[in-house]
Amino acid sequence: MDLLALSRIQFAVTTMFHFIFVPLTLGLSVLTAWFETKYVKTGDETYLRMTKFWGKLFLINFALGVVTGITQEFQFGMNWAEYSRYVGDIFGAPLAIEATVAFFLESVFIGVWVFGWDKLSKKAHLTSIWLAAFGTNLSALWILLANGWMQKPVGFIIRNGRAEMNDFLALVTNPYGWFKFLHTVTSGFMVAGFFVMGIAAWHLLRKNETDFFTRSFKTAAMFSLISSVAVALTGDFHAVEIAKVQPTKFAAMEAVWETKKAVPMHLLLVPDTANERNSVETASLPGMVSFLAFHDFNAEVKGLKEFPKEERPPVLPVFLSFRLMVALGTLMIGLAALAVILPRWSRFLDFKIFLYIMLAALPLPYITVQLGWLVAELGRQPWAVYGVLKTANGLSASVSTIQVAGSLFGFTLLYGILGTIDIYLLAKYAIKGPDSDSSSMITVKEVA
Amino acid sequence: MEMLQITWFVLWAVLWAVYFMLDGFVLGLGFTSRFIAKNDTEKRILINSVGPVWDGNEVWLITAGGATFAAFPTTYALMFSYLYTALLLLLFSLIVRGVSFEFRGKIDSSTWKQSWDNAITVSSFLPALLFGVAFGNIFKGLPMDASGYHGGLISLLNPYGILTGLLFVFLFAVHGALYSTVKTTGDLSDRAFALARMLWIPLLLIAVVFLGYTAYATKLYDNYMKAPVLFIIPVVAVLALVAVQAFMFYKKPLKAFTASCITIVFVVLTGVAGLFPNLIPSSLDPAYSLTIFNSSSSQYTLRIMTVVAFIFVPTVIAYKIWVYRIFRAPVTEKDVLDNHEAY
Ligand code: HDD
Ligand code: HEM
Ligand code: HEM
Repeated sequence: MDLLALSRIQFAVTTMFHFIFVPLTLGLSVLTAWFETKYVKTGDETYLRMTKFWGKLFLINFALGVVTGITQEFQFGMNWAEYSRYVGDIFGAPLAIEATVAFFLESVFIGVWVFGWDKLSKKAHLTSIWLAAFGTNLSALWILLANGWMQKPVGFIIRNGRAEMNDFLALVTNPYGWFKFLHTVTSGFMVAGFFVMGIAAWHLLRKNETDFFTRSFKTAAMFSLISSVAVALTGDFHAVEIAKVQPTKFAAMEAVWETKKAVPMHLLLVPDTANERNSVETASLPGMVSFLAFHDFNAEVKGLKEFPKEERPPVLPVFLSFRLMVALGTLMIGLAALAVILPRWSRFLDFKIFLYIMLAALPLPYITVQLGWLVAELGRQPWAVYGVLKTANGLSASVSTIQVAGSLFGFTLLYGILGTIDIYLLAKYAIKGPDSDSSSMITVKEVA
Repeated sequence: MEMLQITWFVLWAVLWAVYFMLDGFVLGLGFTSRFIAKNDTEKRILINSVGPVWDGNEVWLITAGGATFAAFPTTYALMFSYLYTALLLLLFSLIVRGVSFEFRGKIDSSTWKQSWDNAITVSSFLPALLFGVAFGNIFKGLPMDASGYHGGLISLLNPYGILTGLLFVFLFAVHGALYSTVKTTGDLSDRAFALARMLWIPLLLIAVVFLGYTAYATKLYDNYMKAPVLFIIPVVAVLALVAVQAFMFYKKPLKAFTASCITIVFVVLTGVAGLFPNLIPSSLDPAYSLTIFNSSSSQYTLRIMTVVAFIFVPTVIAYKIWVYRIFRAPVTEKDVLDNHEAY
């Protein structure tokens, strides 16, 4: 395999691995803070135990998010040196800002929260988890503004043989980046919501701690419902933005080959890339693709044939990932709605099938966020920075194929081992359930 | 015009210096702990003594990297790709170290814990060594010219690189042992203190050789000859290193630790002051050195980043000081034993 392929695979593997842990962090930090808020407001011990139990799982997950993040920071320079040189003037800024304003906040206050139970007042302790949750989501904002810039480059001019920033405000207000942020963060909330519901369902099936887990379930259900609706709405707006700024990606997402008006959506569709057409197209909703693209059933949508072959993304994976993301998203809105309604019913705990379904649904948002990133990143190809720099031109000149093959092997091995251990520990502590002795827990000093 | 580049050069140096000062004791504690702690409880006390702060300390590295990216993108790009394999080892070590803290106490088995203890030793030692080797080579200059980089992992392991590596290892070892002394009590603290005193002697020797050898292996002293006032920096470094010993002699570990912080900061500044205006000199031809002028971002970007840095770096420092004050008390056996959830 050549250097380009290896470097791309390595970037994809390490980033997607980072994004196994990140979304749970985004959502579970907020849920944990919410439980602790309830505890401080009501003094109800169960909320304290909820804070500790879900907080512990949050921390086990967090550990891997942090260490895999460092890789991300180094990798732009290590593997994509020409990319970093060419766009660093503008792309480096949000990354550096992320570290200074967000990572410090998050890492310092998580330390305070974990080790500060008996050293701080209740209010100060509660503030520390909110600051950590805020820092976490703030870090998502800056990294996604960086990624949003790669998708829709703004605020720069080409000068001195590179892209130089000339409008910081344009970078910070880039609508593409903001849609990305809103869509990604709310999808992270869904991951956390379904995570909590899945684990709660597991215990409810065994009638463990039913009060504890019913309350956790209900909170998570409401959280999931709100965020899943927000995910769909922001996703829809995001798609409109994409149709405007990345016509090639949009055409691949919907497998549109010919430029036409009033493009219908085919619920069943099989793209045939070799012949630049779709081999199957049935169950059509007239004008739907035009509507999704421009919120207008008659609008004209650009087809892939409009663009030279070497400027098109790989159609099949982008199309499939997008379809599946939307399908799973729709399914999960339904599940979340049921999860809000059903626990009001007195015989809820006997409705085992539903609890099994919620347990089985735990991985769904995880799969969906990965699919979303495949749409976003594969759909942008062959560009690393859309319309500005091709991925192939971003490589490091001084790095050899053997080096990258070696590092890819190393990452796969190391991440594989650590990921397995982390998931094992998450499962172990999730199954173990909350500690029973709540009274001693306030005075005992908590050390991670 | 050039003010901004110079400002960022200073900030760049400060970020690295602070990073080494803060992560230096976590790394040092990591690879000296097996010589200090006698049993599992003592090991846990040591690990928990850095528990609240280690991640926040590591973020200085991420910020130093991010600042290099934003302010000197060409340097970021070339430095990270030229040092690919060394950085990869560094990265793997930092990854393993981070998870070790979290994983070690999560399964109650002595094999499990011993494995992570070994992991902590190796993954704390390697970064100390590798950072030293990397900075030694940067001080010396990398073999780069118009056609790129002409070195590899092995060429980094030249005598000066290794010497700087050892310097970092011993600096961090003493630093970490002093931190352990301050943050623990009783026997454990005494043992840490004894180790710090023992390691100080080789550290002094290495430091002297380093200062001398630097004159032959690098061009760092050229700047000092041009502006002798700069000699204040290495003089402070040396005085602080001597003060470490003096305070240890009078049994003042906290003061010795403070002196050790100053030593590390000024050792880094000694090197960086000699580099100016280079970030990475070329050992082949100075025309290909990466300087703060030929590798920097545009004035516009530097201005934006300066505003960000001047608002947020002091804010970060303020809340970090607050945190260190909250957790200033030593960690005791009771703290750890009372709690089955400890690291
Ligand atoms: C639980 C997760 C989840 C769910 C249910 C959805 N998405 Fe999504 N989607 C993501 C999680 C996600 C993501 C991982 O967060 C991505 C990757 C990049 C991004 O900005 O968000 C994403 C990307 C992404 C993109 C590409 C963004 C780009 O190229 O920059 C589009 C157009 C949509 N989504 C649209 C939708 C629509 C219309 C949905 C309707 C239900 C939907 N998504 C559900
Ligand atoms: C700010 C965040 C991100 C940035 C700046 C970013 C940037 C990049 C870059 C530079 C590449 C390599 C060149 C290329 O192939 O385009 C890439 C590829 C890729 N990224 Fe991202 N990425 C980000 C987030 C993510 C996340 C969170 C994921 C997934 C979880 C992801 C998934 C991928 C994948 C799958 C590829 C491979 C595409 C391919 O080359 O075949 N990215 N991205
Ligand atoms: C490819 C680009 C990316 C880079 C360079 C990057 C960098 C980092 C770094 C250095 C850390 C460790 C911080 C610490 O030590 O505390 C980290 C953690 C984190 N990153 Fe990323 N990251 C990337 C992609 C993403 C994306 C796309 C998101 C969110 C949407 C994200 C969200 C987070 C969050 C929330 C954390 C904190 C906790 C955790 O990881 O679980 N990152 N990242």
